[in-house]
Amino acid sequence: MKNQIDVNAVLAGDRRALARFLTAIENETASGRQTLDAVFKRTGQAHIIGVTGSPGAGKSSLVNQLVKYFRQADPSKKIAIIAVDPSSPFTGGALLGDRVRMRDLSGDEGIFIRSMATRGALGGLARTTSAMAEALDAAGFEMIFIETVGAGQSEVDIVRLAHTTIVVEAPGMGDDIQASKAGILEIADILVVNKADQPMAENAVRTLKAMLELGHPIVQSAAERLHHRALAFEAVEVTSDIHQNSEAESWQVPVLTTISTEGVGIQETAEKILEHGVALKQRGEWKKREAARLQEALHDLLIQTFLEKWQRESSSDFVQAVIRDMLNRVHSPHQALQILIKGQNK
Amino acid sequence: MERKIRVLIAKPGLDGHDRGAKLIARALRDAGMEVIYTGLRQTPQMIAEAALQEDVDVIGLSILSGAHMGLVPRIMEELRKNKMEDVSVFVGGIIPEEDVPALLEMGVTAVYGPGTATQFISDEIRRIVLASEEE
Ligand SMILES: Nc1nc2c(ncn2[C@@H]2O[C@H](COP(=O)(O)OP(=O)(O)O)[C@@H](O)[C@H]2O)c(=O)[nH]1
Ligand SMILES: [Mg+2]
Repeated sequence: MKNQIDVNAVLAGDRRALARFLTAIENETASGRQTLDAVFKRTGQAHIIGVTGSPGAGKSSLVNQLVKYFRQADPSKKIAIIAVDPSSPFTGGALLGDRVRMRDLSGDEGIFIRSMATRGALGGLARTTSAMAEALDAAGFEMIFIETVGAGQSEVDIVRLAHTTIVVEAPGMGDDIQASKAGILEIADILVVNKADQPMAENAVRTLKAMLELGHPIVQSAAERLHHRALAFEAVEVTSDIHQNSEAESWQVPVLTTISTEGVGIQETAEKILEHGVALKQRGEWKKREAARLQEALHDLLIQTFLEKWQRESSSDFVQAVIRDMLNRVHSPHQALQILIKGQNK
Repeated sequence: MERKIRVLIAKPGLDGHDRGAKLIARALRDAGMEVIYTGLRQTPQMIAEAALQEDVDVIGLSILSGAHMGLVPRIMEELRKNKMEDVSVFVGGIIPEEDVPALLEMGVTAVYGPGTATQFISDEIRRIVLASEEE
């Protein structure tokens, strides 16, 4: 009973049905996948906003304020939040605590908050985060905030998934050098220095602005700058039917300040998010980004499926024997591959 | 893939101590569960809403204020409104022995006093979730 997903209920806004759908996706069940297939046509509407930055920088607090603001500005706009926290690599368990900072959002039927653990994935998101966002998109959420783990490394996954990536910094947390090491300038569409009530906030703003000016000025969105992965097939390029107007040609990464515990600087940040969405559409980049993401998803599926097919078809004893030969330097890795492909089937 | 057990640890009522709640949250995480922690002073509506959105298998309530006989029925009522009767509810904290039968009558799965070993609690949760799945 718990495994059954009622698609119509999900589309009609039944929150229990949606929650179960998300669980099915997260557990990578067949019914989750089938339901996603069934609602795929309805996706592609939501503005996906990634929020990244070191743990403790104030990501959850900022999301809380932004969502509260957007809900007040337009009560008809439904908003979802996916908050990702790390799973322990040792026990597989996870402590998901982002809701603690989002209590202002409870009791609002136009908001849906879901916490998820990385379940072994690296790079700041779980393997199924993007599928979950797709489900929420289909269910009619017009904005989807995704809070990443923010472990400090450059989190490229979120740039691939989000239309707009916000990097949250807090003064006095990492020094300037650490900021540049983490590659934050490369992934940010909007930089937010949160905890502006703390000393050194102005310093952080100055440093970030100087760093932005130092590199050649960034005039594209993060997703656009992202180096596209080599795919297993020739990528289909989409061309935009929208005429690029010159004003929309560049996106200057703004450096904003906020105090998320008090709501200071939230309106400015919210406006920048909307502006960035408009700029993406004007540049035709929204469509290009979707095209890149879907093709990358197909690429990943191809690889995964062929790998699983091979695993099903080859006997483990045979594979072990070939590996042992390789370790004894009887075969090179490439020769081992040839033997494995020719195979000794189950 | 191994099925993950998702647990909501909630702290209803007005008392400001969440040491016990955090302790059990960490213990369940260390037992391999995914634990959603929502912080202090949760209303029955907030607890039921979080349980629904997070689609948890289990709710653990930590109640130290002595207000359990008032809070628990309201939480169970909110869960019923959300059609979440199938979620197991555990209560921990300072609960007098004589109140336990009434709490179980309200639909609580088990009550754990302050001395209960966390290992015992996590084993029980796992056993009960897996058993309810086989139904
Ligand atoms: N002083 C101050 N504290 C803040 C601000 N924003 C968040 N915090 C606090 O910083 C801590 C971490 O915030 P949280 O939103 O959980 O950060 P996250 O780990 O990046 O999601 C919490 O104790 C917040 O209350 C702020 O603007 N000023
Ligand atoms: Mg957080």
